[in-house]
Amino acid sequence: MLDLSKYQSIGAALNDALDNFADETCLIESDREREKERLTYRDFKQRAHLLAKALQDAGFKAGDRTAIIMTNQSKWLISAYAILYCGGVMVPLDYKLTPDEQWQLLIHSNATFLITEYAIWRQLAASSRRNEAIHVKTILVTEAPPNVALDGAQRWEDFQRRGEPTFVARMPTDVASIVYSSGTGGRPKGCMTTHENYLQQGHAITRIIAFEPGIRYLSILPTNHVVDFMMGFLLPFTSGATVVHLRTLRPEFVRDAFTRYKIAYMMLVPLILKNLKKGMEANFAALPKGKRAILNALIRVNRALTRGGPRLWLSRRLLRQVHRAFGGELRAFGVGSAFTEPATIQFFLDLGIPVANAYGLTEAGTAVSVNDPRTPRPDTVGKPLQGTEVRIVNPDPDGIGELSVRGKTVMAGYLDDPELTAETIVDGWLMTGDLGRVDATGHLQLFGRKKNMIVTEEAKNIYPEDIESVFEGLPVKEFCVFAANYIWPRRSMVGEQLVLVLRLEEGQTLTDDLRRDISARNNRLLNYKRVHGIVLFDEDFPRTASLKIKRNILAERLAQLDRAAAILPL
Amino acid sequence: MRTIDQTTQEVLDLASKHFQVPANSLAPDDDFFKKLGIDSLQALELLSRLENHFGIELPDYEVQGVSDFRTLASRIQSRL
Repeated sequence: MLDLSKYQSIGAALNDALDNFADETCLIESDREREKERLTYRDFKQRAHLLAKALQDAGFKAGDRTAIIMTNQSKWLISAYAILYCGGVMVPLDYKLTPDEQWQLLIHSNATFLITEYAIWRQLAASSRRNEAIHVKTILVTEAPPNVALDGAQRWEDFQRRGEPTFVARMPTDVASIVYSSGTGGRPKGCMTTHENYLQQGHAITRIIAFEPGIRYLSILPTNHVVDFMMGFLLPFTSGATVVHLRTLRPEFVRDAFTRYKIAYMMLVPLILKNLKKGMEANFAALPKGKRAILNALIRVNRALTRGGPRLWLSRRLLRQVHRAFGGELRAFGVGSAFTEPATIQFFLDLGIPVANAYGLTEAGTAVSVNDPRTPRPDTVGKPLQGTEVRIVNPDPDGIGELSVRGKTVMAGYLDDPELTAETIVDGWLMTGDLGRVDATGHLQLFGRKKNMIVTEEAKNIYPEDIESVFEGLPVKEFCVFAANYIWPRRSMVGEQLVLVLRLEEGQTLTDDLRRDISARNNRLLNYKRVHGIVLFDEDFPRTASLKIKRNILAERLAQLDRAAAILPL
Repeated sequence: MRTIDQTTQEVLDLASKHFQVPANSLAPDDDFFKKLGIDSLQALELLSRLENHFGIELPDYEVQGVSDFRTLASRIQSRL
């Protein structure tokens, strides 16, 4: 493992890693059961340098922004490394957004280069918003079938030049990437993440989760997300480990990858962990009575013997069948990006499978705290990482208040939004908008949100402002979308929902036609962004002089209503 | 060769069987996430079932953003 704290930039660290571990396998790419590619660090460098040289010959300069919109695959990482090698700034965008949303963020980021896949490009090219992105000069498209017109783009595979590209050094405080934490419908929040943010974060995480040559990481969270960029690229690569990419997320192929590739680590979101638990419980329940009794007894023995912390070698023997199903070399699941229920984590701990659950946000690098799988406390999200300070602002008598974070992992700010940056980073402290407390042992516990947003179990951050545009033109006097828990706070991180608040015209009622109109508009949103209920409010919304809704005051007034009675089902 | 209407009907039949809802309760323009109350992982299960039935491979990117039966059926139809 390279000592990341000694590097100036992630490009420099990756550059050394490619030489240090030249003969190790860095990437395996599999499409369902078919292995498509296996690259050593030497192969990776060779391919990336062909791209880096072509980029430089095309006029790419230090600080130039390049958007990447790709599913998890080798060319994502090769492209990222080539950009960093040339001193560029990555703009990783979510491939699951709609083409219009992707163009919106492309325009906001001022990216001049775009690297994407053919299936995504087909949709991007057809979007009318493309015409607004005049600064996007060079578009590279991977996996385009032969003889198709690329509509102004070039083939990634053809965009390569022989010859040595020039490594461009960057300073720790230079921006390495712009990662959007939200803002597709309203105010884009482009987190400017510096090289130091990544290096500091990586250095702290490796004290808890260790990678080394031979260790395999299964990358299924999108690489555009800071978590996979860290756990599925930066850390394994700077340790000589191997990243496995699947071109599908179908559960049967993910399961198969564990045994085929002897996976040691995988990061996932709570929904997938919960689903795994459900599947395993169903398998256990289907066992003949005798075998089930033996299994339950073994689980009890394992639980007793691992009370002080996981003992992998022991659990792998005691519960051989269970561990074999995961390939036999699984060291830990990492779970984050949304709240995980303690019972789900405990289920895996009882089977001797460590789970490192974490708490973090893009604005704070990746993770603020991680539960050390060697000494897990599933009722918490672990202790703050080394170098990260956590302070509770205005704690109540139970010690619960807004979490604020300070340290070298906190972003430089939001791109082109000094006002929002100043609201979010106050005197060097990042205000997270999450409510929590630190217990006597220094573990962090979460208790809900102070901010108007929700995070789904699939780890999707939804800001109400981002989805309101779909309801524009609704025949009502006014409307507003809220997170229900923001209006009616609960000391809970589960069951978060969005509600549509309506102020009807004088004499207007909530008719079936209006309901149908709302449902039709709601259905235009991606499923995880939809509102779950309607709240009728019989006063005009409070507004500022510039007629913006005063959301916090409106929320206070709505809070006077009884939650259960106020939310009408859609 | 199936017509798009036949394909759509088979998609509806399979979905109703897989998620154990009455066949006549599903319509082509229904949003399957909402109508069946399923999450993205359960939708992937349905896709696997459909692939087996139709004898095709439907890459994840082909169904990205698809949430109604009719569009899903058209993506299947184009690969038959």
